Amino acid sequence: MTSIPMIQQTAGAGAARSAARRRGLARGANRRPGWVTYAVLGAVLLISAYPLYYAVLLASSDAITIAQNPIPSLLPEGNLFTNIGRVIASDIQFWPAMWNSIVVATVTAFSVVVFSTLAGFSFSKLRFRGRGPLLVFVIATMAVPTQLGIVPLFIVMAELDLTGKLAAVIIPGMVTAFGVFWMTQYLEEALPYELIEAARVDGCSMIRTFWHVAMPAARPAAAMLALFTFVGSWTNFFWPFIVLGAGNPTLPVALQLLQASYFKDYSLIMAGVVASTIPLVLVFIVAGRQLVTGIMQGAVKG
Amino acid sequence: MSVISPPKPRRAPEVPREPRRIAFRQRAGRWDVKLSPYLYISPFFLLFAVTGLFPLAYTAYVSVHDWHLIGGQGAFVGMQNFVDVVQQPRFLTALRNTFSIFLLSSVPQVLAAIGIAAVLDANLRARTFWRMGVLLPYVVAPVAVSLIFSKLFADQSGLINAVLATVDLGPIRWHADPLSSHVAIASMVNFRWTGYNTLIFLAAMQAVPRDLYEAAVIDGASRLRQFFSITVPMLRPTIIFIVITATIGGLQIFDEPRMFDQLGQGGSDRQWMTVTMYLYELGWGAQKSFGRAAAVAWILFLIIVVIGLINFAITRRISSSGSTRGGKR
Repeated sequence: MTSIPMIQQTAGAGAARSAARRRGLARGANRRPGWVTYAVLGAVLLISAYPLYYAVLLASSDAITIAQNPIPSLLPEGNLFTNIGRVIASDIQFWPAMWNSIVVATVTAFSVVVFSTLAGFSFSKLRFRGRGPLLVFVIATMAVPTQLGIVPLFIVMAELDLTGKLAAVIIPGMVTAFGVFWMTQYLEEALPYELIEAARVDGCSMIRTFWHVAMPAARPAAAMLALFTFVGSWTNFFWPFIVLGAGNPTLPVALQLLQASYFKDYSLIMAGVVASTIPLVLVFIVAGRQLVTGIMQGAVKG
Repeated sequence: MSVISPPKPRRAPEVPREPRRIAFRQRAGRWDVKLSPYLYISPFFLLFAVTGLFPLAYTAYVSVHDWHLIGGQGAFVGMQNFVDVVQQPRFLTALRNTFSIFLLSSVPQVLAAIGIAAVLDANLRARTFWRMGVLLPYVVAPVAVSLIFSKLFADQSGLINAVLATVDLGPIRWHADPLSSHVAIASMVNFRWTGYNTLIFLAAMQAVPRDLYEAAVIDGASRLRQFFSITVPMLRPTIIFIVITATIGGLQIFDEPRMFDQLGQGGSDRQWMTVTMYLYELGWGAQKSFGRAAAVAWILFLIIVVIGLINFAITRRISSSGSTRGGKR
C-alpha cells in the first residue's frame, strides 16, 4: 500500500488527507486516537505512579506533620535524606540487607539464565527419547503451587543447617520451569540448525556448541529472563521471611522488621520503602522497555 | 501453545578418516550426542524433585504426624491434625478471607486489564512510555506496596478516608471491617498486577488478525460491537491463562495481608488472615506445630487443584459458547 507521505509527494496535501481519512475508516486501529484515550491513560498512569510518589512525600516529611495532615503536600519536603539516614542507622541492618538482596537476586538471575538456556537448547534443538513428554512435564509444573511445600522444605534446610543462610533462598530458585519454557521457545526460532551443524562438523563437543553457538544466539531472551528473575527475587518475601528471619534479612524482610519496630513513625517506614525500591526503579528506568517487550513476547508465545 | 517442534534430521557428527585414532573419539562423540540432552535438562528436574515435588509429597507425611518446629517428628496421629485444623473457627475465617480477597482482586483486575489494553491498542504517540507507565508498579515489592497502601487506607489518618471526608463520606473502617479490609488488600494486588496483565492482553489483542476488524467495519459493526464480538472471543486462551495463574497465586496470598498492620496476625478478629498466614501462624507462631501447618498446606493444595479445574471448565464453556453465538468465524 502506498504510504501517506508518498501520496502527499505525488498527488498533493488534499489527496493525502483524504487517503488518510479513508484508511482510517478501513483500519480503525491505525487512526490516531483522540484526547479521551490520552485522558484515560493519564488517569491510569496517575494511579500507578501516585502511591510511589506518596511514599516519597511521606518519606521526606516527619512523623508529626504526617500525623497532623492526612492529605500530604503536593511537593516533597526536605527530610528525605535525613529519614533514609535514620533507616540506615536503625537496627534493621539496612546495608547487610541491601547486600543480601543484591547477592540473592544476582546469583539467582545468573543461575536461572545458564540452566534454563542449557535446558532450552536441549529441548529445542537436540533430539532425544522422551523430549515431548518431558517438556510437557516442565510446563505442567508451572501450575504446581510449590510454595505449599514450605514445611518440609524448611525441615530440609534446617537439617542441612542452612536456615539463616542465603543459600537457603538461592538454591530453590536456581532454575525455573518458566525459564526453561521461555528459552526453549526462543531458541526454537532464534537458533538455526545450520549453525549447530557447522559447529559439530568443525568438531565442537556438545557443550562447546552450547557455549559458543547457543549462548550467543540466546542473548536477547537471556537478558529478559535475567531481568524478570532479578525483579522476582528482589521482591520475594514469604520464603526469605521464613528461612532467613531477622538475623540475616533481605530487603523485604528488613522492611517487615522496620514496620514491626517503628510502626508509629511513617516517615521512617516510608523512607525504608523508598530506599529499598530505588534500585529496582533504576533498573526499571534503564531496562523497562525490555520488561515490556518481554512480557508481550512471552504472552504471544505462551 | 505450540511447544513441540517437529524433529529435524541432523547429519552424523563426524566423518572418520584415520580409523584407529578416531575410534575412541567417535565412541565418546556418540555418548556425547546421546547423553548431553539429558544432562542439560537434568538441573531443572533435579531441583524440581528436591525443592518442589519432594516437599509437597513429604507435606502429606508430616501432616499425619505430631511434628514440632524444634522438637521434630513425633508420633503418628492419622487424620488428627486435619480434624484439629478444620474444627478451628479460624480456619474457616481464613478460608473465607482468602476467597473474598481472591475474588476482589482477580475479577476487577482481569476486567480492568482488558479495558486498559483496549485503550492502549491504538496508534498512540509515545506508546512505549504508556506501556512502561502501566508496568511501573510491578517493580515495587509486595511488602513495599502493602506498607504504602496500609497508610493510604489507615482508618484515622489515611489519605483515602481524608478524601472521602471532604465529600462527606466515610470514614470507612478499613482495618476493622472484614469486607473493607479485603477491598484494601485486593487493591494492593490489583495495583501491582493489573499493568502486567494489561501488557499480556495487549499483546494478545495485537495478534488478532486486522482483517477481522476490517470485515466488521464493512458489516457496519460499531467499535463497541467489534470489541465484544471479535476482541473478547479472540482473547479466550489468554483469559484462561491469566485466570489460572491468578488462581494459583491469589489463593496463596501472604505478603500483602501480612504487612497490612504491624502485628501481622490478620487483625484483631483475624478479619483479613488468609490461609497461608494461618499456615505460618500454626507452624512458626505460638503453636509451632508443623503437623497442623502441613495439614493446612495440603488442604490448600487440594483446593487450588479443584478451583483450577473448575476455572478451566467454566472459562472453556463460556468462551466456547461465546464463539458459537458469535456465529461464523
